[in-house]
Amino acid sequence: MIDAVGLTKKFGELTAVDNLTLHVDEGEIFGLLGPNGAGKTTTVRMLCCLISKTAGQASIAGYDVSNEADALKIRKLIGFVPDNVGLYEALSAYDNLDFYGKLYDVSDEKRKENIENLLKMLGLWEKRDVMVGTFSKGMKQKLALARALVHEPQVLFLDEPTANLDPEAAKTVRDFILDLREQKRTVFLNTHNLDEARKLCDRIGILNTSLRGLGSPQELENNVGGRATVIQLERLTDEVLSSLKSLDLDMIVGENKVTIRLTQPEKENPAILDAMFRAGGKIQSATIVGSTLEDAYLKLVRKEAKE
Amino acid sequence: MRLSKSWVIARKDFKTFRRKKNVLYSLLIAPIMISILLSVVLTVKDIPATTLSYLLPALSFLYVILAGVVPTAIASYTVVGEKVEKTLEPLLAAPVTDGEILLGKGISAFLPSILAILGGSVLFMVLSDVVTFKSFGYYFFPNLNTAVTLFLMVPLAILMSVEWNVVVSGRVTDVRVAQQLGGLIVLPFAAIYVLGEINVVPLDVTSNLLIICGILALVDVLLFSIARETFQRDEILTKWK
Repeated sequence: MIDAVGLTKKFGELTAVDNLTLHVDEGEIFGLLGPNGAGKTTTVRMLCCLISKTAGQASIAGYDVSNEADALKIRKLIGFVPDNVGLYEALSAYDNLDFYGKLYDVSDEKRKENIENLLKMLGLWEKRDVMVGTFSKGMKQKLALARALVHEPQVLFLDEPTANLDPEAAKTVRDFILDLREQKRTVFLNTHNLDEARKLCDRIGILNTSLRGLGSPQELENNVGGRATVIQLERLTDEVLSSLKSLDLDMIVGENKVTIRLTQPEKENPAILDAMFRAGGKIQSATIVGSTLEDAYLKLVRKEAKE
Repeated sequence: MRLSKSWVIARKDFKTFRRKKNVLYSLLIAPIMISILLSVVLTVKDIPATTLSYLLPALSFLYVILAGVVPTAIASYTVVGEKVEKTLEPLLAAPVTDGEILLGKGISAFLPSILAILGGSVLFMVLSDVVTFKSFGYYFFPNLNTAVTLFLMVPLAILMSVEWNVVVSGRVTDVRVAQQLGGLIVLPFAAIYVLGEINVVPLDVTSNLLIICGILALVDVLLFSIARETFQRDEILTKWK
């Protein structure tokens, strides 16, 4: 549904997005994680045909984002919630949605039906005639989501949809995004909230100007953050240590304790424990510990930055 | 370019103006006040018909100057206002072209302005006719030159003002700066008025008025293409803070 190959954006000398290659499947919730200034918003703006790319290719549903004629087709296919919700504060909630429904050529009947459904779903129906300027941040964010969905888009781009929201409003928005998965809509979510990305996204890309990692939250935690086996011994002898060193392992040695970083501890542990046992080690416990998405995120962002 | 899309944008702007009283006031106050004031001036003393026949066309031309001033408040608001309220990004993400957005913004600034100015000029003509009927023995307004001024020159001047303001709005990020720079459009009209007063370009000669209209039409076409060129999505979204 969404494809980018070598997508690059430069502002003068500054490279905002460098050589980004990714693919998002239809019906997938894809999260783009990264620190402030990582290029997340620039990426979404390029994919939404809001700004031009400097190099590379990108397409939505096969339409080229850099082609003028395709850009209009793409804009009809997508819904977009920017980081600033961008609602008309002097207009009512209903008028805001009605305006966008008309711009997207939604028929009168369908528009009325969609607006009513969305406002009811998001708990804003009673406030439909109230000027948006009087709304709370949470209400505005919900209304911006409704605006992005009023024309029933196939793809939804959300830029930091829960930033600055109180926990209750953030949960409503997150639940609503999860409902979109049921409707088989493709969601491209920009966030720097790791917990949110973990809960919502099928796959995550970690961006810091260039793409640093890509995979499901589980894959990133396991493959990038890595896992480890912590082995507690009655006494850590030189013989046991020699046996471990002969296996060429990435390990941290503590007092009668060894922490060994492993990619697949379930497969590798038997050989390690066997070697320790043969060397006379008396093993009290062996525990597999996993890293978190935060570990993986920090490792990817920092590692590449140092390089 | 689809006019229907531009009309949707313009109608949205009309709704916004109705809620923004300051925009409405800035639109209506000048034409009404000037119309009443000019008519009152004519009653101060008995002005001979020969002087009136020279004075009234000159006063009518003030509505062309007004046509440069009145759209400034609305036109500068329509683009910079959207930027300030951060509503431009979702609008640009909708399936509308730059030309359709600009045309919509043009319509939303043009229609209220022309209604306000024509309304004001009708008020001026009625009041002037009441005041000057004794001197002329007939109603001075309406006449051919006034028709050319109000129905040809004023719309072209409003269009020029709207386009100039859209160009300015696309380059600045503050509504007040946009309005100040936008207001500069009044200078060429003021210059024409002065040229008329010193009899270099008499404004009671129909052919002179038509030549001015022709020049305005050319400038309008030029400004529209400049407005389209200067409306750069990349710059609007990335440089405007």
